[in-house]
Amino acid sequence: MMSGRVVGFIAAGVMAIVMTLAAFSIVIDSRRAPVLQSTGVATVGGPFTLVDTEGQEVTEKELLGKPSAVFFGFTFCPDVCPTTLFELTSLMEQLGSDADRINFVFISVDAGRDGPEEMKQYLTAFDERIIGLTGTEDQIDAVTQAYKVYYARVPVEGGDYTMDHTASVLLMDASGQFFGTMAYEEAPEVMLAKLKRLIDEG
Amino acid sequence: MRHLFSMLAAIAFVAAATPTVAHDYRAGDIEIGHPWTRATPPAAKVGGGYLELTNAGDTADRLLGGSSPVAARVEIHNMEMTDGIMKMRPVPEGVEIPAGETVNLAPGGYHLMLLELKKPITEGEMVPVTLEFEQAGAVDVELAAGPIGSTATGHGNATSSSHEGHE
Repeated sequence: MMSGRVVGFIAAGVMAIVMTLAAFSIVIDSRRAPVLQSTGVATVGGPFTLVDTEGQEVTEKELLGKPSAVFFGFTFCPDVCPTTLFELTSLMEQLGSDADRINFVFISVDAGRDGPEEMKQYLTAFDERIIGLTGTEDQIDAVTQAYKVYYARVPVEGGDYTMDHTASVLLMDASGQFFGTMAYEEAPEVMLAKLKRLIDEG
Repeated sequence: MRHLFSMLAAIAFVAAATPTVAHDYRAGDIEIGHPWTRATPPAAKVGGGYLELTNAGDTADRLLGGSSPVAARVEIHNMEMTDGIMKMRPVPEGVEIPAGETVNLAPGGYHLMLLELKKPITEGEMVPVTLEFEQAGAVDVELAAGPIGSTATGHGNATSSSHEGHE
């Protein structure tokens, strides 16, 4: 734990720069204000505006009425994203027509490289019912904040970059409320059972 | 002995399950076991490469990277899952292969990263890659391309490129 002295130093440091930050904090507060929950309980899910693979605007309202399985990733991802989408494709095959009772959604966290056309081409390798969504950096910031999904753009040598991102699939019920998650390492049987429960109870 | 058995089992499995025959290479003291990759979705600009490196010599070596006609660059990257978050980083210093040890480049950890693919990798394709070792030098290998979802643990239900896959 931090000693009182260290805390004192930090406090002094904070005081010293607080004037400098004042202007910025006003900006940040005004940007963050809409996502604060009045209940004080962190909720997963919420309003968003993105575009589909045809470039058409899609909001959270389009997903309501049936449960959703939502996965965040990017097309420059060599391992987790294609294997998860492949896994979802295989689960959808096993669910058969029941798969139509869930929205399967792949949301890009890479505004810089994943436009509607890239998403469209990329998703042709998987079940055609998977909905691909992308957006501007601000739109992706908003949807990841709403879904409590972590992502970060990480520069690498040579001016390139990669994306860190939450690799779990989020399960949402038909009213847009958080239902559960499917982790990347989970066995396919467990995932299938969760999707069946989502269909029955979500 | 157990290692020999699992090697044989892996070879038998791969030979039975893929159109491509299990294949191994050697560069100096480094044995390279079954290099493989996955088919990539259209528009994907990156692919992973996986292989097993055994150092039969007395001195450590290091895989530094490589090159391939199908990609602009071939680098060593490491992937980590921490609290459900996937993080991937280039590893410019490469991967050490200590003397007498085997290092696996496999999904979920160290892997070859094929960057700026010139075209998608298709299932069944043999992807040429030249690996660069610090001591052993350059060696040409071919990555056998399995289906998109293939992994070393059978995750994804597609196990044709797997070493430990189940039917």
